[in-house]
Amino acid sequence: MEWISPRRLNRLGMLNMNRRNVDYIARYNERSSYPLVDNKLKTKLVVAEYGVRTPRLLQVVREQHEISHFREMAEDLEGFAIKPAKGSGGKGITVITGRDGDEYIKASGARVDAPYLERHLTNILAGLYSLAGTPDVAIVEDLVQSDPDLARYSHQGVPDIRIVVFQGYPVMAMLRLATTASDGKANLHQGAVGVGLDIGSGRSLNAVQFNRPITLHPDTGLALENIEIASWDAMLEMAARCYEATGLGYMGVDLVVDANEGPLLLELNARPGLAIQMANGRGLLPRLRAIENLKRPHFSPGDRANFAMKTFASL
Amino acid sequence: MTTRSRIPFYVAVLLLIGAGISLAIWRHVELGIPWLTGEQRPVWMVEARVDFVGTGEPVLASLNIPDQPPGFSIISEQAASPGYGFSIVEDSGGRRAEWSKREVSGPQTLYFKAQFIPMDESRPQRLTREPQARQMFWEEPQATAVREILTQARERSSTPESMTRELIRLMQPDTRTQNTTLLVAEENYLQLLVEMLNHAGIPARTADGLRLEDARRRQQLMPFLQIYNGDQWLTFDPQTAEQGVPENLLLWRQGSESLLDVVGGDNSEVSFSMLRQTVPALQLATMQAESSGLGFLSFYELPIEEQSMFRMLLLLPLGALIVAFMRMVIGIRTSGTFMPVLIAVAFVQTTLLPGLIAFLSVVAIGLLMRGYLSSLNLLLVSRISALIILVIFITAGLSIIGYQMGFNTGMTVTFFPMVIIAWTIERMSILWEEEGVREVMIQGSGSLFVAICAYLVMSAPLAGHLTFNFPELHLVILGFILLMGQYTGYKLTELRRFSPMKVYD
Repeated sequence: MEWISPRRLNRLGMLNMNRRNVDYIARYNERSSYPLVDNKLKTKLVVAEYGVRTPRLLQVVREQHEISHFREMAEDLEGFAIKPAKGSGGKGITVITGRDGDEYIKASGARVDAPYLERHLTNILAGLYSLAGTPDVAIVEDLVQSDPDLARYSHQGVPDIRIVVFQGYPVMAMLRLATTASDGKANLHQGAVGVGLDIGSGRSLNAVQFNRPITLHPDTGLALENIEIASWDAMLEMAARCYEATGLGYMGVDLVVDANEGPLLLELNARPGLAIQMANGRGLLPRLRAIENLKRPHFSPGDRANFAMKTFASL
Repeated sequence: MTTRSRIPFYVAVLLLIGAGISLAIWRHVELGIPWLTGEQRPVWMVEARVDFVGTGEPVLASLNIPDQPPGFSIISEQAASPGYGFSIVEDSGGRRAEWSKREVSGPQTLYFKAQFIPMDESRPQRLTREPQARQMFWEEPQATAVREILTQARERSSTPESMTRELIRLMQPDTRTQNTTLLVAEENYLQLLVEMLNHAGIPARTADGLRLEDARRRQQLMPFLQIYNGDQWLTFDPQTAEQGVPENLLLWRQGSESLLDVVGGDNSEVSFSMLRQTVPALQLATMQAESSGLGFLSFYELPIEEQSMFRMLLLLPLGALIVAFMRMVIGIRTSGTFMPVLIAVAFVQTTLLPGLIAFLSVVAIGLLMRGYLSSLNLLLVSRISALIILVIFITAGLSIIGYQMGFNTGMTVTFFPMVIIAWTIERMSILWEEEGVREVMIQGSGSLFVAICAYLVMSAPLAGHLTFNFPELHLVILGFILLMGQYTGYKLTELRRFSPMKVYD
C-alpha cells in the first residue's frame, strides 16, 4: 500500500474533497444555480442564449404516456443518445450508434430491442437515475459524430474534454477516453483514461487510468503523449462563457468535438471531481489562488481564456 | 460568493462546547450525578424504635426527627406503624414525627426510618430568628458559686467558644473546687452547663447525637452541648470540651426541647438501630434531585416508556458523530449517508453477531428478489413498495424459521428499519448493475464497518450513561460536528488515492 504525506500533497497544491466542498463549491456556487446544471434540459436552453452549442435535441419525454411517441420518432434514426435530465456521473445514459432491423445497437455493441429502451425511459421518468430520486424527464439527443482524430484514441464511446472553470477562467483540462473497463463511458472512476491537457496549448501531458499513470491506451494501444486538440482557444472560450450563463463560480464543463459541428457542450457539473489533478500531474490550488488574488478580473470570456492560456501553462 | 469571517463561528462553537462541559460539571457537582456507571456511595439507614404501653386512651406520640443534621443529608424518610395515623410536623423548634390513634392499650412499637448520606461540606444552617440567652435566676448560695465560676472562666477566655471550653474544664471532677461541687450533681450536669452559659449571656442548648456504627442495635443518643456564637450554633462534647461534630456522629435532635413526647401512654422509650448500605451513586443523585426540586432537568421525571425511548434517541448523536468522522476525516464510502447509524441502532437492540447475520441475510435475500423484480419492468415507486413488502416477508420468515430452530435471536430481525433496508437493497442493486460487484462490496463493507464502529461506541455502557444523564454533552457533540464541517484537510483515504502524485513532486 502506498501513501503520500499531507505535506507533500500540500506542496503539490492538491485540492482535496473537503476543501473543494467548503472553500470552493460552498463559497462560489449559489445554491439557486444548481438546477441549471443538474438538469441537462435547462442547461441546454440557458447556454444556447450565450452562444454555446449543444447536441441537437430530438425529443423530450416528460410523461409515461409520451413514451409511445418515442418509437415513432426513433423509427428512422440511425443513432441517438437517451439521457436522464437530472442524471449524475453519466448514470442512465444510453447511446445507440446504429440499427440492425428492429434492434438497436448500443455503443458497447450490445443489441437491444425497443421495449428495452422504453423500459429505460420508464426508469428515467420514475427518477431512478436522478440525484435525489425525484421524478425526472428523459431527453433524446442527436448522436455526436466524434472527430476521427480524437475518436481513434477512444475505445467505443465519444472522447470528451473536461475543463474546470473557476470564476469564468478555465483552470485545468483533461481529455477523457472510454475503455472496455468503463463500458464505453468517459467516466474516470469507472475506468476511463484521463489525459491531462496543457491549458496553454491543448497538448497532452500525462495519462492515468484508475488513478495510476499509463502511457498507452489499454484497449487501442495508441501512445497518449502526442495528442493535440484542435481549435483549443475556441474551446477554452466556450467553457469560459458557461460562467456567464450559469453564474457558477466553480464548475466542470464537459465538451465534445463533433466531426461536423465542431465543439459542443455535453453537460455542466457543479461538483467536478478531483481526478483531473492526477491526469495533469499538477494540483489545482496554485491556479485557483492565482485567480482569487486577481485584483481586476477580466470581463470577456475571450480575455479570461487568453489570460488562462498565458498564466497557467507554467503553474 | 461571500467570504465571511470565521471567527464568530469558532467563538460560537467554543461557547457551545464550553456550555455543554460546564453544565455537565455543574450537574455532577451540584446533583452528584456520577461520571461513571456503577459508582457506589455509602448510605446510613437509621431506624428509631419507640416503645410504650398504651393505657386505653387516645395516643399522640411525637418524636423529634433530624432537621438538617450537620455533615449529613436526608434522602428518604418513612414510618412503619400499623393502625396509626402518621404525619411529619414542622414547627419553629424543628421537625417532629407524630403518630396518633384513638384507642390504644398494651405494649406498642412504632418505627421511623430514615436514610442519610454523608456530605463533605455542611450547608449553612437556616435560622428563623437570632437566638437570645435566657435570663436565669439562682438562689444563694448557688448564685455566688455560679458567679465565681463564670468570672474565673471569663478571665481565662476571650470568645464564647473559649469561654465554653474553660467552663467545661472547670466543671470536670478533677479540677473541681468547692464551688463546683456545690452545684454539680451527676444528673443535672449538662442542664447546669446550659443554664450557666445562658447566665453568662451566651445562648446555649442541648442536642442529642447518634454514633453511627455499622449494624448496631438498641443504641441510645448521646448528649451534646450547643452554643450560639453570634453567627451559628457550635457543638461541644460536654465532657472533653472538644468542639465540633465528630465524624460519623449524626445529630438527631437539635434545638427542640424534648426527644419524645407520648400522650396517653406509659413507660415510653426510644432506641436506635442502624445499618451501613451502599447505593448506586446515580440512584442517589436522582433521589436527591427529586427532593431538591432540580429533578425537572432530568429525563428521570418522564414515564419509563419515554425514558427508554430517549435512551435510544440520545445515542443517535454519537452515531452521527462517528459517521461524520468516518466520512469527512477518514473518507470511508458508505451507501446512504446515515444508513449506518440506523443499522447500528438496530445492532444495539439485537447485539452484534445475531444482528449482523440477520442483516446480511435479509439484504442478500432481498438482492436476489430484487433481481427478479427488475425483470418485471416496474415503476420505481412500486418497485420500492414491493421491495418493502418483500423485506417484511423475509424478516417474518427469518423470525419464524429462527424461532422454530430454537434461535430466539431470529426474532431480533424486526428491529431493523424496513424502509431503510428496502432502499439499501435498491441502491445496492443499481450499484451492482452500473458499477459492478467491486463498488457494491466497497460501499457495503464501508457501511457495515461504520455501522459496527457506531455500534461499539453506542453500546458502551459509559456512552449510554453519559448521554442519558448528561444530555448537555450533546452540545459538545454538536460543536465537534460543526467543527468537522469546517475541516478542509486531506482525508486519510485521499493520502492513498493521491499517492501516484509522488512522481510529480
